[in-house]
Amino acid sequence: MKAIKSALIGAALLAAASVASAQNEQYLPVLSYRVGPSAAGGSGYYGGAIDYWTLVNMGGGVNGVKLAWEECETEYNPSKGVECYERLKKKNGGATTVEPLSTGIAYGLFDRVAQDKIPMTTFGYGLASSADGRIYPWVFPLGTTYWDQMAAMIAYLGQKSGGLDKLKGKKIAFLYHDSAFGKEPIPVLDALSAKLGYEVIKIPVTPPGQTMESQFLQIRQAKPDYVIMWTYGVMSTVALKTAAKTGLPRDKLLGVWWAGSEEDVIPAGEASKGYVSASFTATGTDFPVMQDIKKKVYGAGKGNLEDPSRLGNVMYTRGVVYGIILVEALRVAQAKFGKGKVMTPDQLRWGLEHLNLTEARIKELGAGGLFPPIKTSCEDHEGSGMVKFQEWTGNGFKQVTGFMAGDREMVRKMVEETAGKYAAEKKITPRDCGKEG
Amino acid sequence: MNFFFEVLVGGLLSGVMYSLVALGFVLIYKASGVFNFAQGAMVFFAALTYVGLLELGWPWWLSVPATLVVMVLVGLLTERFVLRPLVNQPQISLFMATIGLTFFIEGVAQLAWGANVRGLELGVQDEPIQWIMDSSGINLSKFDLMAAVVAAVLVTLLALFFSRTRIGRALRAVADDHQAALSVGIPLQYIWAIVWGVAGAVALVAGLLWGARNGVQYALTFVALKALPVLILGGFDSIPGAIVGGLIIGATEKLFEVYVGSRYLGGGTEGWFPYVLALLFLLVRPEGLFGEKIIRRI
Amino acid sequence: MLYREAGQFKTSYEKDAAIFPIRQDRIAVALIAAVAFLVIPFVASPYVFTGILIPFLIFSLAAIGLNILTGYAGQLSLGTAAFMAVGAFATYNFVLRVPGIPILVAFAASGVVAALVGILFGLPSLRIRGFYLAVATLAAQFFIVWFLSKVGWITGNSSSGVITAQQIVILGYEFNAPAAKYLLVLSIVALMALAAKNMTRGNVGRSWMAVRDMDVAAEVIGIRLMRAKLLAFAVSSFYCGVAGALFAYAYLGTVEPEAFNLDLSFRVLFMVILGGVGTVLGSFLGSAFVILVPVLLSVSVRFLDQNLGLHIAESTISNLELIVFGALIIFFLIVEPHGLARLWQIGKEKLRLWPFPH
Repeated sequence: MKAIKSALIGAALLAAASVASAQNEQYLPVLSYRVGPSAAGGSGYYGGAIDYWTLVNMGGGVNGVKLAWEECETEYNPSKGVECYERLKKKNGGATTVEPLSTGIAYGLFDRVAQDKIPMTTFGYGLASSADGRIYPWVFPLGTTYWDQMAAMIAYLGQKSGGLDKLKGKKIAFLYHDSAFGKEPIPVLDALSAKLGYEVIKIPVTPPGQTMESQFLQIRQAKPDYVIMWTYGVMSTVALKTAAKTGLPRDKLLGVWWAGSEEDVIPAGEASKGYVSASFTATGTDFPVMQDIKKKVYGAGKGNLEDPSRLGNVMYTRGVVYGIILVEALRVAQAKFGKGKVMTPDQLRWGLEHLNLTEARIKELGAGGLFPPIKTSCEDHEGSGMVKFQEWTGNGFKQVTGFMAGDREMVRKMVEETAGKYAAEKKITPRDCGKEG
Repeated sequence: MNFFFEVLVGGLLSGVMYSLVALGFVLIYKASGVFNFAQGAMVFFAALTYVGLLELGWPWWLSVPATLVVMVLVGLLTERFVLRPLVNQPQISLFMATIGLTFFIEGVAQLAWGANVRGLELGVQDEPIQWIMDSSGINLSKFDLMAAVVAAVLVTLLALFFSRTRIGRALRAVADDHQAALSVGIPLQYIWAIVWGVAGAVALVAGLLWGARNGVQYALTFVALKALPVLILGGFDSIPGAIVGGLIIGATEKLFEVYVGSRYLGGGTEGWFPYVLALLFLLVRPEGLFGEKIIRRI
Repeated sequence: MLYREAGQFKTSYEKDAAIFPIRQDRIAVALIAAVAFLVIPFVASPYVFTGILIPFLIFSLAAIGLNILTGYAGQLSLGTAAFMAVGAFATYNFVLRVPGIPILVAFAASGVVAALVGILFGLPSLRIRGFYLAVATLAAQFFIVWFLSKVGWITGNSSSGVITAQQIVILGYEFNAPAAKYLLVLSIVALMALAAKNMTRGNVGRSWMAVRDMDVAAEVIGIRLMRAKLLAFAVSSFYCGVAGALFAYAYLGTVEPEAFNLDLSFRVLFMVILGGVGTVLGSFLGSAFVILVPVLLSVSVRFLDQNLGLHIAESTISNLELIVFGALIIFFLIVEPHGLARLWQIGKEKLRLWPFPH
């Protein structure tokens, strides 16, 4: 009884709230997390995306269509994420896309977005095999998946050793977060190990990873040539500190992009100077789009970040880049389906599938060098596969390499194999990309 | 053999860090019979307040006492608004109330100081001590050693406090039997206020050390989970038990992970091993090493 | 006045021992059941199904399980989520490896598997009590989740430990629509709640309550402690296992072992405490409370934000949700320690006299 009553009250409130907003707006629900252990990163990321959208709205929106968004706190929790998604997806004319920024929530939404026909982006994380757009038409692991990132990291280590062939016989320790996130790249690591001849030592760390002496003492004993840090949150900071404590030379460490933001390196103090990590965006405020945001958005007092000095931080730039990509997808969709019209989720999906952000176009958008070119297609929902590597100097990140990719061919084969297995299990017929537009 | 000692020493020192958090639990349980799950949140809040004040420009010798005052205040407010209304309720209600308190404190902490991750510098670097490294090849970090010294001092102070001072004796009386303590004229509310205040101070020490080690961020609240097996091993109401339990848990957890967990079980055993160890221990000695033996009467 | 029992005579032992002895109660329950089964599937929006009703039912089932263990048998347990995980992964394996197994049989079988695991981790309760037992159940919580993610065989050798629940197909009908899933979950939960209610009113339940109140005395009068305690663990884990299976199959769809973490165990414990320890109705009330309060909080805060123009920063809103939830829990524990079920009982007592003062 109580549940029904409360549900009705809730529905009434929702109805009241949604009537209040305008109709000619592109509605984007934002499944955010601003409390809990991931709050630091989350607030930066969403701050970046929302700031960019505010900037676009200030410039008149996407061909006149303004962007509207609404946040819902997921606390990085799968059931709350699902509840937020369900609550927000029908409001304001219907959600156009969703980006949960969490592997757990994304998994919970996989089946739902396919049923509801709303495209979901998993920008820089998520299930690597969902890059095969023929089998996952509604999921877009844009930019670079974990598999491609691992391949790129191996390529970088090869570069560091003086050539991929020099990796043969070397020992690589894989220190990973003992969860789905941490285990995701292992197939690629193993496959490349078989191909290139290096030895892999896998060392899991139980989350949250407050003390890592046993792991690093093991590393010390094994004396690997390189240590790949696939950690997240406090685990990254503790790893850097424990590495220094056990005397592991910093130039042997290579971090995944979730272990390479200011929130990870600053608390580690001296122990993180010289630490190299991957990133799929550049950082800093030296880009025209960042300066625009600073002047126009923060100048007018509409900035989303509570602490404006975080502008240009790693998580912030990621959010901005996500914002840019989404707006570009809207533009592409509008070019095909009607300029100045509000796009339906299916039309946005088409837009996401036909992205062609060339270097020239990125420069046009004021983000030259901020992120690599992204070209998606029906088969390839990833679009880039490139990362760049940055080093923490103690004061900021210095770019060590340009955007580079690893063995994309091999990764693509693995993607298609795994996606094929999934399709067979779930009895999904892969789309025929040749037939569609 | 050296490697074994390294792992052992590393484990013992991280165990000391666990016992710092466990001490807060023990203090409160000893005096009021409440299992304060919010201790982890209090550690977080203490560390956050300290760095927050530092960021505002306060010098450290002002921030520390100020944070101490704040933590004591938190303890007093908790006692007044959460515990006093719940006097005489079953233990589980009090436990649930402290879990509610955890959410409350976490929300307030992040509301007041923001969600940024901050570093904490205590002046002692987390690096191996060179001469020990050179002479025996064993890795011993300066920071860990300092933490061990701080813990030893704290435990000694607390032990002296409880056994030598009048208030300490009153606390032990209250822990033994509230009614009897009241009947000999011990002011219960006042005593509880003191205890919660002291627990707040212990939370500050733990917060500073853990914050310097791991960075001041939300994940600090999870150190409470590491303290629970320590409490079981040592007994919920024993101060020396907290230290001994911490040392045992820290050492065995690391040794198990290195020698058994990663070799035969695929690693990642540190999450459950302390608990399983504590469980097995309890089967043999249900009150923990130093805990009070519970005599049940019908 | 509406609730008068005067004139309702019990003329047989069955009538006397009925779950709902008062006619008004029977009518009310019949009405609720009718609305739940016949009206809601057609009236409610998909959001209400998938965001509110289905998790409400699933968590109520888990809360009933925990209530049996903690409320009736007095064995405090913090490992609920682990037993739910066992249920979910066991169902996945049954459906994967036993071709053609009906899904309902798979649910029941996974409940049995969870019960066996529950017995194993319940063995310490024979020696340990109170908080020590709670912390011991944490051992179950962490170990089981670790085990499920380490042993590749259990997750079908998926590289990341994530399983995708297969479709629910009963007698050829695919349960894909939210309304269909809701009805399925409702039927299972209603049936199991009825079973729980009867169990707790019978001999078994009474022996559990005796153990809870004073186990030494219970042993003295002849109740076999080991049987009673282990049975409590088994039944409780069965319920939690089925709840976990439904959680994976009818709610999330794709699940990793980490989704069944300590946070989930605490949520279920909240539901039990807030709803009323030791009552089946309390499990439902507590579940509704814990699920709806955060939703209502966030909806109302945003409503205030949008319509009254109070610009509150997003992070403030999120933190406010946490603060209010924590404060509400404390408030409830102070005001009504026996939970919402007791409030309901007091309400019923008042109704018997209303509108007369005494």
